[in-house]
Amino acid sequence: MDEEYDVIVLGTGLKECILSGLLSVDGLKVLHMDRNDYYGGESTSLNLVQLWKKFRGSDNPPSNLGSSRDYNVDMMPKFIMANGALVRVLIHTDVTKYLYFKAVDGSYVYSKGKVHKVPATDMEALKSPLMGIFEKRRARKFFIYVQAYNENDPKTHEGMDLTRVTTREFIAKFGLDDNTMDFIGHALALYRDDHYLDEPALDTVKRVKLYEESLARFGGGSPYIYPLYGLGELPQAFARLSAVYGGTYMLNKPECKVEFDEEGKVMGVASEGETAKCKKVVCDPSYLTNKVRKVGKVARAIAIMSHPIPNTNDSHSVQIILPQKQLGRRSDMYVFCSSYSHNVAPKGKFIAFVSTEAETDHPETELKPGIDLLGPVDEIFFDIYDRYEPVNEPSLDNCFISTSYDPTTHFESTVVDVLNMYTMITGKVLDLNVDLSAASAAEE
Amino acid sequence: MATTAHNNLNAKLVLLGDMGAGKSSLVLRFVKGQFLEFQESTIGAAFFSQTVSVNNSTVKFEIWDTAGQERYHSLAPMYYRGAAAAIIVYDITSTDSFARAKKWVQELQKQGNPNLVMALAGNKADMEDKRNVTAEEARAYADENGLFFIETSAKTAINVNDIFYEIARRLPRAQPAQTTAGMVLVDRQGEGSRAATCCA
Repeated sequence: MDEEYDVIVLGTGLKECILSGLLSVDGLKVLHMDRNDYYGGESTSLNLVQLWKKFRGSDNPPSNLGSSRDYNVDMMPKFIMANGALVRVLIHTDVTKYLYFKAVDGSYVYSKGKVHKVPATDMEALKSPLMGIFEKRRARKFFIYVQAYNENDPKTHEGMDLTRVTTREFIAKFGLDDNTMDFIGHALALYRDDHYLDEPALDTVKRVKLYEESLARFGGGSPYIYPLYGLGELPQAFARLSAVYGGTYMLNKPECKVEFDEEGKVMGVASEGETAKCKKVVCDPSYLTNKVRKVGKVARAIAIMSHPIPNTNDSHSVQIILPQKQLGRRSDMYVFCSSYSHNVAPKGKFIAFVSTEAETDHPETELKPGIDLLGPVDEIFFDIYDRYEPVNEPSLDNCFISTSYDPTTHFESTVVDVLNMYTMITGKVLDLNVDLSAASAAEE
Repeated sequence: MATTAHNNLNAKLVLLGDMGAGKSSLVLRFVKGQFLEFQESTIGAAFFSQTVSVNNSTVKFEIWDTAGQERYHSLAPMYYRGAAAAIIVYDITSTDSFARAKKWVQELQKQGNPNLVMALAGNKADMEDKRNVTAEEARAYADENGLFFIETSAKTAINVNDIFYEIARRLPRAQPAQTTAGMVLVDRQGEGSRAATCCA
């Protein structure tokens, strides 16, 4: 490793691996290291033995759970919006050839103590038990407006300037009540809190359109897709892209230490008595702990089960969003379930996750509304972890630090962070105008 | 994973072995009929496909090269995932590369796929005067561990096609029914080779 690199990347989480891939494709000389002996960092997927080591301090999981290697338990559970930013990145980089996906069966929302399918179109609105008969008709008009809306065609705007009208005013124009507003904002537009209500409505409309278009893409019961063998495949696929374009990979490198010159600029990275020189460092918050600050914490539960989540039409993969208002909280709670049908558990087993931005230090009590939806569990683990964001000035120290993963159940915010970092590192904007309509999925 | 449709088999094949043993050279010889004396370390292309016909059926190999990730022992589990066949390559002029080949065989055995077809290739067979690993030693090792063994030369092309054809013959035709079939996201505007493919 005694060489000079353009960029040294530390940590093989998804964000770092996408960046490593993009930078190698750009022709930069990249060295990519991780202190762990596995890929994925915080966004890895663990087998059963690894899971037991992490949460139970033993490497002896009970044998009735099946073979360890059949488990791929995501540490950062999320689904992929079928027409979303991550799919654009996958197609742009041609990383899709390393991955196999399956549609996610269901998308549900929690309302008044019950779980309901999320209605996303005018037709579904008419059938949804979430709304009374008059509200359904009003919601239908809302969906018809959103489906027809085209930013570049003023005829579809019906006299409303969505860059000025707030979401609250926009939704009021259709006469929708607070409950309907709640599921549109949180389960369709996927906002995590209620700030969006006072922001321009254009963003909300775009988000609902993304949901609808993603839903239509594969004709499944949800707008999401998910890779076979779990999300841990994603960082590996982007790492392979980086390697194919000349990136050098070193796992299991303890004590990677970033070294600075007297002006505070990055000089290189030292590990095990060797120093690799570089112009820039890209890393996750755990490699430069003095250049990040804590911005929150996530509470989560991971459950192994032998049945699908009740009231989800036997979905073998499903998302349930519990909007903050329904629970009297400040942030939403998310339930995520995948299973053997996506090869993340042995036949007959399901893995469910409940997560939220922690508001207390007691994940077990805090997560109860989500856990109550799961029914009986074989095993359950609780965890709280801190989230960090960078506070350094990259133009001064040449350190580019990613923000910790948030508890959202999809990758939109993850990709926004990656694209911003890419622009800061290279001064270029990544053109993700891939032809999504030309891209499709083949299934046999 | 090998998948069948109308006597056509798709099979993922992975290459393993030390840096410089000639993994990429073997693939280039097989896929493109080329040999470069000073082949650079693998950059930019580490995914090839090539179809061969054996016994009234065709086998389409999807060949994965290590892309250099083996150098510091940092191959991802994804690399092995679903592989139907593996070629472990060593250099007959280097006892070190033979010792490392044995480590790769152990690594593959850990992956626990009983149907995996494994081939041991003693490459650079044209360099007889510098030989340090005898064919007898390698064959004995291969027999003990359920591999088939052949000496190859990417430079002269000797036995290169043979190793791929022999693998094609040995691939189990009747794969157990797969519980899951996934989809590949494809860009239909892309070149023909990226047409809709399926896996299981």
